[in-house]
Parts: sequence; C-alpha cells; structure tokens
Amino acid sequence: MLEKIVIANRGEIALRILRACQALGIKTVAVHSTVDRNLKHVAMADESVCIGPAAAKDSYLNVPALIAAAEVTDAQGIHPGYGFLSENADFAERVEESGFVFIGPRPETIRLMGDKVSAITAMKQAGVPCVPGSGKPLSDDAADNARIAKAIGYPVIIKASGGGGGRGMRVVHTEMALLNAVAVTRAEAKSAFSNDQVYLEKYLENPRHIEIQVLADGQGNAIHLGERDCSMQRRHQKVIEEAPAPGISEKQRAEIGEVCVQACRRIDYRGAGTFEFLFERGKFYFIEMNTRIQVEHPVTEMVTGVDLVTEQIRVASGEKLRYKQSDIVMRGHAIECRINAEDPNTFMPSPGTVSRYHPPGGPGIRMETHLYDGYKIPPNYDAMIAKVIAHGPDRATAIARMRVALSELVIQGIKTNIPLQQSNMLDQMFQVGGFNIHYLERRLAEARK
Amino acid sequence: MAMDIRKIKKLIELLEESNLAEMEIREGEETVRLSRWPKNMPMMSAAPQPTHYQVAPGAAPSPSAASAVAEANQAEPKFEGQVVRSPMVGTYYAASAPAAAPFLKIGQLIKVGDTIGIIEAMKMFNPVESEVAGTVIKILVENGQPVEFDEALVVIQ
Repeated sequence: MLEKIVIANRGEIALRILRACQALGIKTVAVHSTVDRNLKHVAMADESVCIGPAAAKDSYLNVPALIAAAEVTDAQGIHPGYGFLSENADFAERVEESGFVFIGPRPETIRLMGDKVSAITAMKQAGVPCVPGSGKPLSDDAADNARIAKAIGYPVIIKASGGGGGRGMRVVHTEMALLNAVAVTRAEAKSAFSNDQVYLEKYLENPRHIEIQVLADGQGNAIHLGERDCSMQRRHQKVIEEAPAPGISEKQRAEIGEVCVQACRRIDYRGAGTFEFLFERGKFYFIEMNTRIQVEHPVTEMVTGVDLVTEQIRVASGEKLRYKQSDIVMRGHAIECRINAEDPNTFMPSPGTVSRYHPPGGPGIRMETHLYDGYKIPPNYDAMIAKVIAHGPDRATAIARMRVALSELVIQGIKTNIPLQQSNMLDQMFQVGGFNIHYLERRLAEARK
Repeated sequence: MAMDIRKIKKLIELLEESNLAEMEIREGEETVRLSRWPKNMPMMSAAPQPTHYQVAPGAAPSPSAASAVAEANQAEPKFEGQVVRSPMVGTYYAASAPAAAPFLKIGQLIKVGDTIGIIEAMKMFNPVESEVAGTVIKILVENGQPVEFDEALVVIQ
C-alpha cells in the first residue's frame, strides 16, 4: 500500500481523499494555494505545502510546484481528484517520470480518452454504441462539412475535440448557420483548450444523461458499478445526480455495463472511470469517457457499498480488484444535490464568509463538504461548496429524506442554491423521474416568464 | 496549543549550544524531535528535516475545526524589515555548492538582484534574487530545508 500521498486538489474532494487515506493509515500531504491555507483538509493533513498564489494556473495547475511538493515531502503517490490536472496526460506522465505513482489510469489511456474524437473511434472499435457523427475532426472545407452534416441529419452539434464536461459545444439547426457556427466554435475551443479541432454529432433532442461507473485494476480485472442518471443540468453542468437511473431495467444495466467492461479490458484501463452516454428511446449513445473520480461518485457508493476512492488507492498500490461483478448489487436509491455558493435566481457566484454552517443528519444522509463555521470561501475557484446525498430503500424515500435534509441544512453568510434544490425535490416531474437534460432549464425559463 | 516557530528556534539554539546529538520534547499531544548532524556530514544531505513549521496536532481532535485551522496559521511571527519570500516549492540551499561559502551572513549588506539562496526542485537549481537592498538581519531557513511557496526566507532592513 502506498505510504504517503499528495492530494493535488482542494475543497470537498481533497477532504474526501484525505479521509480515505487516513482510514487506510496512509500519510497525507495537503498542497494548497496561499488563499487556501484555511481549508479543513489542510488542517487535518500530516503535512501541508503552499504551492503558489491564488490563481489556479500558478498553484493547482502548476506541474513543477506539485511535483516539487511531492519531492520535498518524500511522498509516493499523487491523487489528482477531479478537474484541475486529473485528466492531463502530460501531468500524469511527468508524475511517473519523476518517480511517483499517479493515482489514475496510465498516461496513454488519459491521452486516448482526452481527445474526444480518438475516444469515439476507440469506443466504436470496442463495440460501444456511439452518437452518429462525423467520426473524425472537421476540415476547413465548408462544402465537405455541409455534406457530413446533411448525412448525419439536422440538428447537429459541433463539439471541441479537446473539450468535454459540457464545454465547447454549439447546436446548429440549418445548413445556413453551419459555416459560421464551426468558425466560432473553433475560436472558442482554441481559446479554452488550446486546440481548435472540432467534430460533429447528431444532436439528440430529448436525451437523458446516463453514465456507467467502472473500476479496473490494470491487471486484467474490470467491473462496472451500475449507472447514474445526471439529467438535471443547467448549462451542461450537473445539478442533481441519482443512482440507479429510473426506468432502466436490470437487463439493460447488465448489457451496457458489460459493453463498458469489455471496452475497459480492450484499452487496458486502470482505476476508476465513467462512460457517459446519452439515452434516448431505449438506446445508449456514447459521448465521452471521464478517466478520473467524478463529483457524483457518492451516489454509486451509497447503492453499491463500494468505497471508490479507497479502491482507486488500492489499485494504484498494485492490488488486484477485490470485487467480482457478482459482488455488485444495487440496493435502494441514492440522490445527490450539489450545493453551490451562488445566487439562487441569478446564479451569480457568492463567495464570502460562512458565518454559520450546520449539517443535516438522520438515516441515509451523507454530507460531503469542507465547510465549517467561519470558513471563508475564496472567489478564485468554482462555486460548488457541498454535496448532500440521501439514500433510501426506494426513490420516493430518498427524495423525502433529501427534502428534510435540505430544510435542516444551514449555510449562512453567503447565498446558496439550497432553495432551488428544495424546489427540485418538490417538483412533480422530478418526482416521477425519467426527465431529459433540457428539463431543468425549460422549467427555470418558464418560471422567469 | 501547536508548537510555534519561536519555541522551535529556541530549541534549535539549545541543541546547537549543547553536546547533545538529539532531543525530543513532548507538550501535551505534540512532539518535536531535533537531531544534529555530525560536523563533517556533507551539507546537501537528503535526510528529512526533523522540524517543520506545520507540526501536525497529532491524534488530538481540536475543540473545533476553525480553531485548529487558526492554530496552524499562527506559525509565522511578524518581522521588522522586509521579508524575502520563496517564489516556489523546493529545497533551500544557502550556498552554491556544498563546500562553498554561504550567500549570506547576518549583517551583510546586499543590493537588489543579489542571490540570497538557491531553491532546488525537480533536479533544477533556481537562484533566488533579492528585490530589496539593505542589511541581512535574519536568516530564517537552514541549508537543505524544504520550503513552500511564499515561505519567509530572509529578513532585510
């Protein structure tokens, strides 16, 4: 087992990783920026190293600083969390070249799945159903692109190869709008991802977002841990996630799960990962793979009983998977509500001091947050400050428990989206389940009229 | 109460003035252990530093998370003069080579741009240059000590 790990992240996920390390008896090194000295996990870690100023590019994205921190503390492994450098193949490579263990897949795998076009090609070869699309990056030939789009059938969506996570996308309904849309998306992609390569896909009008969690040990063993439904989204960002997905049968789960497991074996996957699909009219369409632990991993943990972060660390330590597929059983239902420091109506970020924090409790309630009374939220990072997870024997109970938990939860001194999440729990369509990825935005737009 | 840097500096002085090779002090749940290296040991030793600013509170839970964080943040005292801080994470070296004379001495007059030390990270050596001129009144780091970003290295007046 690894003996000392650098936690190359911040906020709630850094605390999550720290807890897993401490339970395993692994020493922890918390690296942080100057404005993150007051993070809860920094106070709890065995050692801490300030790696740079507030700006992420000079701290959490600063590869030399992270590796230097691992060197001076004599760490063995580096856990990248999610976001930041977690899916940066160059970082994974430099970590390994410097003699440390990168807790995640091999750099080649990250590179393969990080390029969305090569990922789709690899998945097609592995027999994973994909969204009908260009299958390759678009050239500068406008006539050719128009032909490809026509063959796919409008509406189409232009996506950045170097993008993902809902960024760098644009929908096109008519051929007239295509030329311009491609140019704009290219420019945005160049600016955001330093890569102006784009590709086309059929735009599914009312799909659900259903993803499959996998775990592989890099030694030939791979399993899936069922699906998550993440269709409640605003501007391509997930707001609520749940497991299992309402309406998905055991047979459907086993089928798509097995496809993903075979793909894992084929690409020699190592660690935790998620295959993301759009689901429409009973069919799954692969859109991308996330080669890291995800924000919403707790809902899978609640229904399967598997501690995914611990398994990541075990696999990185060279251990074989200790679960067989038959060990994975979905019990009950779990829902996660993301809590953001933002105005519930305008969605403007709301950093500041949390004058009072009081967590909910009770059966099936799990809080994942770095908040504490008096904690000062810096303005430099993303707005998510907590995740409330509710588990119950069935979906209705999970929703009811979440409703109670949200009413108990106190976060004062800043604005949060707790009121929005409460209204989501009371929403009829949400209670029925099976809504598509446009539902929340349509409902919010209706409410504004 | 977490051990603060003044106490640790005092203990280091005590150790240096004595004939002891090692000393270990326990205060409540916290322990500090200081080890002296024999005088003929090469300066660029890879041995880990026995003391560190961020001494962990150990197994004792704090009365509240906020006070634990506040304690950890009290490590650095106020300085009279201008503080030269580390621009990066790495290992601080006080001289350009093991046998060379140190860059700084207390009382030395330095100009803007003078090298006050070297920080090594990932096998690369980066000279740290002073942005202020004046007299060196305090050297806060030791040769071979790991330093973090923004850590106070030297005080100039």
